[in-house]
Amino acid sequence: MVTKEETYQHIWELFKEIPDPEIPVLSILDLGIVRNISSEGDTLVITITPTYSGCPAMSQFEDDIVAKLKENGIEKVKIVMTYDPPWTTDWINEEAKKRLENYGIAPPIKGTQDKGVLFKERVENVRCPQCKSTKTEVISQFGSTACKALYRCKDCLEPFDYFKCL
Amino acid sequence: MKNLFKYTVRLADNSLILGHRLAENCSWGPYLEEDISVTNTSLDLLGQAEEFLIYAAEVENEGRTADDLAYKRPEIEYYNVQLTEQPNDDFAHIQARQFFMDAFNFYLYSALKNSSDSTIAAISAKSLKEVTYHLRRSSEWLIRLGKGTPESKERMQKAVNDLWQFTSELFEMDEVDEALISEGIAIDLKEIQKLWKNKITEIFKMADLTYPEGGYQATGSRKGYHTEYLGFILAEMQYLPRAYPTAKW
Repeated sequence: MVTKEETYQHIWELFKEIPDPEIPVLSILDLGIVRNISSEGDTLVITITPTYSGCPAMSQFEDDIVAKLKENGIEKVKIVMTYDPPWTTDWINEEAKKRLENYGIAPPIKGTQDKGVLFKERVENVRCPQCKSTKTEVISQFGSTACKALYRCKDCLEPFDYFKCL
Repeated sequence: MKNLFKYTVRLADNSLILGHRLAENCSWGPYLEEDISVTNTSLDLLGQAEEFLIYAAEVENEGRTADDLAYKRPEIEYYNVQLTEQPNDDFAHIQARQFFMDAFNFYLYSALKNSSDSTIAAISAKSLKEVTYHLRRSSEWLIRLGKGTPESKERMQKAVNDLWQFTSELFEMDEVDEALISEGIAIDLKEIQKLWKNKITEIFKMADLTYPEGGYQATGSRKGYHTEYLGFILAEMQYLPRAYPTAKW
């Protein structure tokens, strides 16, 4: 007899196998998108939260979750969206941040937002994922996706994405 | 529940219409990074609008979906402030409009994240994080253009002067606000107005821009009255779902 807790644990493990469609080195578990697993009768209820409000990957995440569960014999699934607490990059663990950096994206610096160039409050120490220099500058607050800003390294002169702190 | 529905729809409509206006700039940005910034800001706003519309549909509980609300309401049932529907005349107008709205949304969501309505509070807390970025970015553009060349300064000042007539409307309140303020759901916009004015004054000072005083102030969006521009926006936005009512995403 498999207990409910064991089944849930198994499902959490499955979610490690679902990559972010834009940043494949991160799984939906690394991102902290799945908030809860429960059940209503014989239906499995997966509670998820959006990263950015308009994140176009969200519907992809939903489809991927349903497909992954179906692959594993779970047909009755309900996806519930929650906004509270709001998603934060602080939920990305240190190990996942290392994977991000190796992938070429500077990971979010905990508890901060990258600040505007004209205001003094700016964070100075975003590290270049290529040469690890901290002499970097913002090119644009928004990079290739809403969750990233575009930076440039003043030492190796390479542009790079910074995963914005939210 | 009628009041809560209307209040939620207003919040959604401001983001939806401004988001749509910004999306019109896709591929028209002055350079690549800015093109991406404008459309990513649009994406945030459309996401916020969707969250509020999903909630509005739930509150109304008459079988309409978020998409029905976005695509099947006529102009008179849209409650976005007229500022959001003003055209993309030039880049200065786009950023001035954005700055006025970002500053408003920043203080509004800062307050609404403590709303007694838990869904409004949660969406506001989430939106606030995004709007913080938006406000910083549009503030920077005001300063860059205000302190840039004589032409950029002149254009930015003109944009600010042209759009000023639509700013009082941000803080108008009616019986919907009054009822919901007493329940702790809505926010007294008079308080937001003070904070907004301080922010505008601060950034105008940094940008060497002159604070416009007096003049005509537009009104009407609380009753669904709009400038001529909203009709054109809706005609484009609603064309597909009206022409093909069974179309799905």
